[in-house]
Amino acid sequence: MAVDLNILIGGEAGQGVQSIGLILSKVFTRGGYHVFTDQDYESRIRGGHSFCRVRIKDTQVQAISESVDLLVALNRESVDLHEKEVVSTGLIIAENDKYAGGDNKKIFVLPMSELAKNKAGNPLTANSVALGALMAITGYELELLQNVFKDHFKDNHVLQQNITAAVEGYTYTKNNVKSSFHHQVHAREDTHKIVMDGNEAVALGALAAGCKFVSAYPMTPSTPVIEYMASKENEMGLAVIQAEDEISAINMTIGAAFAGVRSMTATSGGGFCLMVEGFGLAGMTETPIVIAYGQRPGPAIGLPTRMEQGDLQFVLRASHGEFPRAVFAPGTIEEAFWLTVKAFNMAEKYQIPVVILYDHYLADSYNTVNRFDMTTVTIDRGLILGSDELNSIKDYKRHKITPNGVSPRAFPLAGEPLVVTDSDEHNEAGHMIEDAETRTLMMQKRMRKLFSLRQDIQPPKLYGPKNAGSTLIGWGSTFGPLKEAIDLLHHENISVNMVHYSEIWPFYKETMVDIMAHSQHTFTVENNFTGQFADLIAQETGNLVSGRIVKYDGRPFSPEYIVREFNKMGG
Amino acid sequence: MEDKSIYTGIQPAWCPGCGNFGILQAVQRAFAELKIKPSRVLMVSGIGQSGKLPHYLKANVFNELHGRPIPAAIGAKIANRELVVIAVSGDGDGYGEGGNHWIHAMRRNHDITYLVHNNQIYGLTKGQASPSSDLGFVTKTTPDGAPLPINPIAVAISCEASFVARSFAGDVDHLSAMIKLGISHKGFALIDILQPCVTFNHKNTYSWYRERVYKLEDGGQYNPDDKMAAFSKSQEWGDRIPIGVIYRKVRPVYEDLLPALKNGPLTRQKLDPLPVDRFLNEFA
Repeated sequence: MAVDLNILIGGEAGQGVQSIGLILSKVFTRGGYHVFTDQDYESRIRGGHSFCRVRIKDTQVQAISESVDLLVALNRESVDLHEKEVVSTGLIIAENDKYAGGDNKKIFVLPMSELAKNKAGNPLTANSVALGALMAITGYELELLQNVFKDHFKDNHVLQQNITAAVEGYTYTKNNVKSSFHHQVHAREDTHKIVMDGNEAVALGALAAGCKFVSAYPMTPSTPVIEYMASKENEMGLAVIQAEDEISAINMTIGAAFAGVRSMTATSGGGFCLMVEGFGLAGMTETPIVIAYGQRPGPAIGLPTRMEQGDLQFVLRASHGEFPRAVFAPGTIEEAFWLTVKAFNMAEKYQIPVVILYDHYLADSYNTVNRFDMTTVTIDRGLILGSDELNSIKDYKRHKITPNGVSPRAFPLAGEPLVVTDSDEHNEAGHMIEDAETRTLMMQKRMRKLFSLRQDIQPPKLYGPKNAGSTLIGWGSTFGPLKEAIDLLHHENISVNMVHYSEIWPFYKETMVDIMAHSQHTFTVENNFTGQFADLIAQETGNLVSGRIVKYDGRPFSPEYIVREFNKMGG
Repeated sequence: MEDKSIYTGIQPAWCPGCGNFGILQAVQRAFAELKIKPSRVLMVSGIGQSGKLPHYLKANVFNELHGRPIPAAIGAKIANRELVVIAVSGDGDGYGEGGNHWIHAMRRNHDITYLVHNNQIYGLTKGQASPSSDLGFVTKTTPDGAPLPINPIAVAISCEASFVARSFAGDVDHLSAMIKLGISHKGFALIDILQPCVTFNHKNTYSWYRERVYKLEDGGQYNPDDKMAAFSKSQEWGDRIPIGVIYRKVRPVYEDLLPALKNGPLTRQKLDPLPVDRFLNEFA
């Protein structure tokens, strides 16, 4: 039987909901399964309601499912809120069978607090009792859980308490569970895959790309990027500095890049609002920088810990004036890694700012992936003059006008010639100018870089038949839900395919023109109110899509939701 | 006298008689006397008449946005510690628009020198009040008189800036001596420069300053290592204005705390993806 097991763990902030999600993801990945785990949490440190959904499959999985097979309720509220999501053959693990409003036959009573306190000697291990119970109910190997614990808990005493708690939960459940759970899962051969979230993939991509300087101001959801990179300062020889504000962060990043190192910053929409001034500076001074931009719902503070794709048009247009930029929006964890590497290469090759536009959903969701092969990472720093070349040039000009608009870069102190640039419009030598002729030439020089940059942009991914009655169009983190929605629609024998963009700007026009000529109906699917990608398509191709499936409640798409909306639109 | 010609840049576009000319001369003399090659210097300036200074010198130049020279200077210094990094602002640029960066750069003690051309007026935008305009100073944007000015020296001392000096653009000898001390200082060095604006500020003129400034080093009584004495000195303004090193303190430099810089400048370190492979084990 195909494995597709959905576990939801709910509790309040501080009860370790996120830890359970991560531990389960690792436990099942080590047992040869594919896991996708998302996080739903409030902007608070204690209390409230948090949950995570862990989906386990024997084939690739990149989206959550709306139905729950196992609900682990660490508090009563979790039963109240999620009971209705549990399938008829499902089970609820809770402290008390009075929790269930309607169907308390589904409840398996597990005295988590009591076992944690009295048997494991630490009330905080209640979630490990639940993990042990999960192993028993699903028939999965307890040993794999214990192995993950050994890596997770650094303190030996705490480790032993948690192992005891898990064993107690496991034994209690084996002895007390009445009937066999319908979904039994046994560990398979370890395929040595890894499991990580989007923030970690971006951070690893930046490290692999040779980023040497990071300056940022913490902001959900991208903060873990800088935290992870800071933990590798010694091993990777990079400097991470927490700036006083985002204005400083981007200007420090620009200063470091000008001096000669690969540099980045990380932020979210509110922080990027402050960075916009510096973003334009990078454009004007042709300084390569990378911005990891994790979106969350706005405007203003919005919903700090939630999901939206509402900043696409903002990023495409950010700053006064015009200059070339690149915007990448990874659809998967793998893409988050590889597009971050590419962002650094494009930034330096074309001496432009590059944005990695992701969001809370990708940032905070764990997914099972193959190990990234570091031997295939290429580092292309573009045209940089070494000291010999530089010293042979009598009169180095940082902004020399060239056929493709890219001027040979040099760094201060790389040789004797001086490197001069200016936020004012400037001449080839970097000194400020006012005359119309130079302004015109410099605008043309900078904008010309877009032509070459376009050649480096990969086409969008097509999924499903080449020609279909309807096409669903997505970008960024909607890739997984969208792809599965296509599979669900194919089961219903609906003629549909999908186009997904992860390299958004410069826009790869040809595929979209072709699709719009062949599909009867085209629908964009995106997490915002207005359908910003649909507007981009209209701007770039002159064509309107047939419909816009949008969602702006701060929550991600499920495949089922997309199918329902598609059917409503009469696709 | 050292040869200053190697430090001469493009033709200045300042008003004749501008206090900036004295600052330009003093910076060139400091470079010459410290025998710093132009290629070793990175000047990061902001916007305002002060922002043009680096173009009129010979140095590597990053002419930043308004108020932002300090962050870029910090980024460049961390990337390549072998550069002599000098940030240049005016009073509007440094004490207004970029005030937050200034405060935190002092607190963290980055190893850069900060020259503030303080003419107590906005020159580039033609004569509005600045954060350091004297109380009651009337301009087109302050018809009822300017509010209380910032006291940059007191702010710097309270942020434990490790080198705090004031000088006067009309005294090139003194100013170049202060700039030399600032560049030689390890840590953040603020040099607040009293600078007459001959076009828009008809109060704080050359003669106004000349009647008031006195040198702390004259008399040999003043000890810049005494923080409370420095605070007292920072309160003097009006009839008598002290110039010289007002405060200094030896304390850890931010860049010394960064482990990555121990193996030489970041600009010389190898870009290698292979070590990242072992980090992947954390995710198994």
